[in-house]
Amino acid sequence: MAAVQAYARHLRHVVTENPVTGAAFALFLLLVLTAILGPALVPFDPLQSDASRTLHPPSARHWFGTDQLGRDVFSRVVVATRLDMTIAFASVLLVFVTGTLTGVAAGHFGGWVDRLTGRIADTIMAFPLFVLAMGIVAALGNSIGNIVLATAVVNFPLYVRVARAEANVRRDAGFVEAARVSGNSEARVVLFHILPNTLPIMMVQVSLTLGYAILNAAGLSFIGLGVRPPTPEWGIMVADGANYIQSGEWWVALFPGLALMLAVFCFNLLGDGLRDLIDPRRRT
Amino acid sequence: MKRRDFLKSSAAAAAGVAIGGVPWNPALGQSRKDTLLAISENGPNSLDIHGVGTNRPGYEASWNSYDRLVTFGAKKDANGNDHYDYTRIEPELAEDWNATDGSVTFRLKRGAKFHDGSPVTAADVKWSFDRAVTVGGFPTFQMKAGSLEKPEQFVAVDDRTFRIDFLRKDKLTMPDLGVPVPVVINSGLAKKHATAADPWAMDWLRTNEAGSGAYRVARFQPGTEVVFQRNEEWVGGPKPKIQRVIWRIVPQGGNRRALLERGDADVSFDLASKDFTELADSRKLTIVGTPVENALQYIGFNVNKPPFDDVKVRQAVAWALPYQAIIDSVMYGRALPMFGAKGPVTDAAWPQPHGYATDLDRAKALMAASAHPNGFETTISFDLGLAGINEPICVLVQESLARIGITLTINKIPGANWRNELLKKQLPMLTNTFGGWLNFPDYFFFWAYHGQNALFNTMGYKNPKMDGAIERARFATDPAAYAADVKAFVGIAFDEMPRIPLFQPYLNVAMQKNVTGYRYWFHRQLDYRQLEKA
Amino acid sequence: MLAMIGRRLAAALPSIAGVVVVTFLLTRLLPGDPAAYFAGPAATPQAIEEIRQRLGLDQSVPAQFLTYLGDLARGEFGLSLTTGLPVMQELVTRLPASLELTLAGLLFAVAVAVPLGILAAVRAGSWIDHATRIVATAGVSLPTFFTGLLLVHVFYSVLQVAPAPMGRLDIFSSTPPPVTGLYVLDALLAGDGETALAALAQLALPALTLGIFALAPLARMTRAAMLAALGSEFVRAARASGLSRGRIVWVYAFRNAMLPVLTTLGMVFSFLLGANVLVEKVFAWPGIGSYAIEALIVSDYAPVQGFVLTMALLYVLLNLAIDILYGIVDPRVKVES
Repeated sequence: MAAVQAYARHLRHVVTENPVTGAAFALFLLLVLTAILGPALVPFDPLQSDASRTLHPPSARHWFGTDQLGRDVFSRVVVATRLDMTIAFASVLLVFVTGTLTGVAAGHFGGWVDRLTGRIADTIMAFPLFVLAMGIVAALGNSIGNIVLATAVVNFPLYVRVARAEANVRRDAGFVEAARVSGNSEARVVLFHILPNTLPIMMVQVSLTLGYAILNAAGLSFIGLGVRPPTPEWGIMVADGANYIQSGEWWVALFPGLALMLAVFCFNLLGDGLRDLIDPRRRT
Repeated sequence: MKRRDFLKSSAAAAAGVAIGGVPWNPALGQSRKDTLLAISENGPNSLDIHGVGTNRPGYEASWNSYDRLVTFGAKKDANGNDHYDYTRIEPELAEDWNATDGSVTFRLKRGAKFHDGSPVTAADVKWSFDRAVTVGGFPTFQMKAGSLEKPEQFVAVDDRTFRIDFLRKDKLTMPDLGVPVPVVINSGLAKKHATAADPWAMDWLRTNEAGSGAYRVARFQPGTEVVFQRNEEWVGGPKPKIQRVIWRIVPQGGNRRALLERGDADVSFDLASKDFTELADSRKLTIVGTPVENALQYIGFNVNKPPFDDVKVRQAVAWALPYQAIIDSVMYGRALPMFGAKGPVTDAAWPQPHGYATDLDRAKALMAASAHPNGFETTISFDLGLAGINEPICVLVQESLARIGITLTINKIPGANWRNELLKKQLPMLTNTFGGWLNFPDYFFFWAYHGQNALFNTMGYKNPKMDGAIERARFATDPAAYAADVKAFVGIAFDEMPRIPLFQPYLNVAMQKNVTGYRYWFHRQLDYRQLEKA
Repeated sequence: MLAMIGRRLAAALPSIAGVVVVTFLLTRLLPGDPAAYFAGPAATPQAIEEIRQRLGLDQSVPAQFLTYLGDLARGEFGLSLTTGLPVMQELVTRLPASLELTLAGLLFAVAVAVPLGILAAVRAGSWIDHATRIVATAGVSLPTFFTGLLLVHVFYSVLQVAPAPMGRLDIFSSTPPPVTGLYVLDALLAGDGETALAALAQLALPALTLGIFALAPLARMTRAAMLAALGSEFVRAARASGLSRGRIVWVYAFRNAMLPVLTTLGMVFSFLLGANVLVEKVFAWPGIGSYAIEALIVSDYAPVQGFVLTMALLYVLLNLAIDILYGIVDPRVKVES
C-alpha cells in the first residue's frame, strides 16, 4: 500500500514538474473519454451519407466539413476514436501478455527456452516490419482481429527483449532468493516476484507501442488493407481524404490526420513521462 | 532462367545505364516540344500482347510499337472529338485485301520494315498469327472471337501475300484483325531467342520489342518508365508528329493531378471523375470524356442461391438503387444514366436504359411479395484495385437497401483474389464493370448473359430463351431478324434482372491545352500516333 | 576479426532460414490465385490450369518449397509476374534508390536531431529541452504517407519550389554513370553538378518525409547519452580542472556519447529501410519497397520473397557492421556473438 502511495506521490510530482507530461496525461484522459462517450455525443450519424452535401468545407453545421459522400467528418473522427483505441489497446494487450511472459521466462530460465525465444525474436526482427504486418493482414484477411494480430507480432521482439533483460538481472537478486528459500515454487517465483518487478519498464513499452499500433493500422489502411468500409477509422479517412488534398478539400484528410497524430503524440509523450516516473535517472 | 542468362541480362541492364547518352537518354538535344510526357497509375508489365498476364498498360505499349494488318478508320463523335470508327477498316501493314466467301487475301505494303531494318514478310505475319492462336490464354481467346482458331487457316502465299482461310462466315473476323492482339512480330529476330522449351520466344519478347510500329521502345523499366522513340521509316500510316513519348508511372492519384495542373505532365487517363470534372471547369486543361462503347457498371447477383434466386428480390433491389446519387456523387456526372426508360424495349441498341428507377414504395411492395418479406443480411463485394469508384457505390447501395430491409456488409477483395472469386461464382452480390472490345450487343451478351457461363456471367445466369436469342443474333445476316433477337434478349435481361446496369462509364483523358489530336479507341489506351503538341 | 565475422554470420543463419520459411508460407497463404490473376480476364478454367502448371503452382507446397530452395541455392529469386523481369535484376537496380533515399533521410535526421539532443542535454529542463522533445515526438507521430502528401501539396503545388514528385530524376536529366548507384554521389563523381543538383532536388522531399520520422529516437538517445556523459566522473574531473565549458561538452562528453548514438543510428537505418515503402509509393520512387507492396497486393510471390530475404540479409550485415564499428570506436568493447 505504501508503495502505491509513493507511486502516486511520484506521479503527482512528475505531472506537475514536467508540464509536457501533464498535458499528455490530460490528452490521454480526453481520448479515453471520447472513445467511451463519443458515439453518444456526435451531432450526426457517422455513416449517414448525403449526396446533396458532399465535400462541404468546415462550417457551423459541420465543424470539420463533410466528406466525398456527404458524411460529417467531425462525427466520423470522434466515433473513430473508439475503434482506433480498441485496435491499439487490443494489439498492445496481446503482445504485452505474450511478449512479457515469454521474455520473463527466457530471462529467468535461460537455456533452451532463452535460445528458442531469442531465435524467434531475431527472426521477426530480421523482417522489414511493416511489410511483415502487411503480409499477415493480406494473408489472413483484412479484419480488425488480423490487424491487431499483425501489430502484436511485429512488436513481439521488443517486449521479449526488454522483459528478458529485466528478468535476467533479477534472476539472482536477494528478494528472489528469499522467495525461493521460503518455499515458493519456481513458477510462483516468476509470476509473483519477478514479473511484477518488470512491469514498470514494460509500461513504458506499452505506451510507446500504443502509438506505433495506431500508425501501423493507418499505414495498412493507406494501401487498402484496413478495416471494412464504411466503418470510420482514422487511417482510412486520411487515406481516402488524401485524394482530395490536391483539389483543395484539405479538411477530409487533415482532421482525421490531426486526431491520429494527437493520439500517437499523446502516447509517445506519456511513454517518456512514464519512464521518468519509474526512474528519474533514466530519463531520456 | 539460367544463371548465365541472368548475368547477361543484369549486365545489359547495367550497360544500359552506363552508356548514358545513347540510346538510353534520347533526352539530350530534344526539346520539350517534341516530347510527350504521359503519366499513369500502372505501367506495362510486358511488351508482348500475347504474353501470359500482360496487363492493360501492356496493350498500349504493344499498340504503339507493333503494327497490325489493318486498323480502324476515324470519325467525329457528337462533341467533335476524334473517335475510331468500327465500321471502317483501313490498311496498316496491308496495302489492300480481297475477300471472298471462303478466304481473304492481303497484300503487304512495299518497304515495310521492322525496327531492326529487316523487311516485313508474309512469313512474319503467319508466324505471329500462329503464335496468337497457339499460346493459349487471352490472345487465343480473342482470336477465336473472330473465328481465327487454327494455324492451318493462315497461309503465306509469297513474301508479300498472306491469306486467311475462313472456318465459317463471321462478321467479326475482319474487325478482330484490327484489335490489339493480331500484331505482326519480327519472326526472324524472335526465333533467334526461341528455345526448345520456349518455341515462341515468350521470355524474350516480354521485355524486348520486335515490331514495325510507329514507335520503337527505347527504354523499358517496368513499374517506372517507358520511353518511345518515333520510327522514321514507318509505313503504317501518316508520320506521327510527336518524336518521343515518355511514360512515367505515378502511383499517387493526387500527385497525378498536381503534375497535370502544374503543366509538368502532358496527358493522363488516370484521374478520379471528380478531378476530371473540376479540371474541365477550370479550363486549364483539355478534358475529353467519351462514353465507353459497349461497357456498363453493374450490380450482379448470384441467381442460383437464396435470396437472389427470387426474381422479386432482384426487381425490388432494382427499384431501390440510388441511380442518380451514384452518377452525381461517385461519377460527378461523368457517366451516362442507364435507368428510367419509359415503356418496353423498342430499340436494338446496346447499352440502353432499363425501366427501373429509384422508387422505394415499389421496392418495398416487391420485397413484401417475395420469399423474404422480412428482409435479410448479405454481402456486396468489389475489387479493391478499383476501390475509387466501387467503394462509394457500395456505401450508397448499402444505405439504400437498408431502407427495404436488406442489410449489406461491404467486402473488399484484393486484386489477386478478385478473379478467383468471380470464377467460383459464389459471391451473393457484387459490383463490377464489363465492356466488350467489339461493339456488338450480341458480343456483350454472349460473354455476360449466355448460359455458357463465361467468367463475365458473374451471376451464373442460365436461360435457354436468352441463349437462343443470343446465338441467333451472333450469326444473323438479316438486319430485321437481328434487331428482333437483340430486342428479345435485352427484354429478358431487364425483366429478370440477373444484373442491374448502373451507368455507362466515360473514358476520360486530361491533356495540356497544347496537346491535340486525341482519338478514342475501343481498347481504352492512348494512341500516340495521332497526337500533336504545339 | 575475421573469425568473429564468420561466427556472427553463422549465428545469423537460423534467423535467415526462419525468414525464408516464414515468408514462403506467408506468401502461399495470400488470398487468391496468381494463375487466375495472370490468366487474364477471359480465361477459362482450363487456361488457368495451364498457367498454374507453367508457374509450378500445381505442385504441393512442400514440393514448391524445395524448388524455391533449389533456385535460391543457384542464386535465383525467380521471375516477377507483375513486371515480367527477374526479381534479382529488379532488386539490384532498385536497391540503390531505396538506399539513397534512406541515407539522405538519415543524414537529415542526424543533422537536426544530434545538435538538438546535445542542446537539450546541456540545458536539461529548460524550454529548449521541452521544445526538442515536442518537435521530435510530433515528427514520429505522423504517418509518413500523410507527411509526404502534405509536403508535396505545400512545396510542389502551392509554393511551387519542389520538382515534380516523379521519381529520382526529372525527364530531361540523364542518369549519371553508375559507380555507387546513388545518383547524387555518382553525378558528383562524374563532375556533373547540374545532374547532382537535379537529383538532390528530387530527393529533398521524400528524404525530409523519412527524416522527420527518425528525429525522435536520435534526439532522445543523443540527449540521454549526453546527460550520462556530462554526469560522469571524468567530465566532473575535467570541469574541476578548469577546462572551458565548450571544450567539455564537445570534446569530452560528446565523444563519449557517440557510441550509443551510433547504435541507435544503425537501428534507425534498418527501421527506415523497411519503413520507407509508403514514402516510395507517395513519391513514385523506384525503390524496392514500392516494388514489394505492389507485388504483395497482387499475390506475386517471387518479388515478395526476394525483397524480404534481401532486407533480412541487409539487416544482418548492418548489425555486423555496427558491431565492428563499435569495436573500432571503443576498443574496450568485446564483440561477442
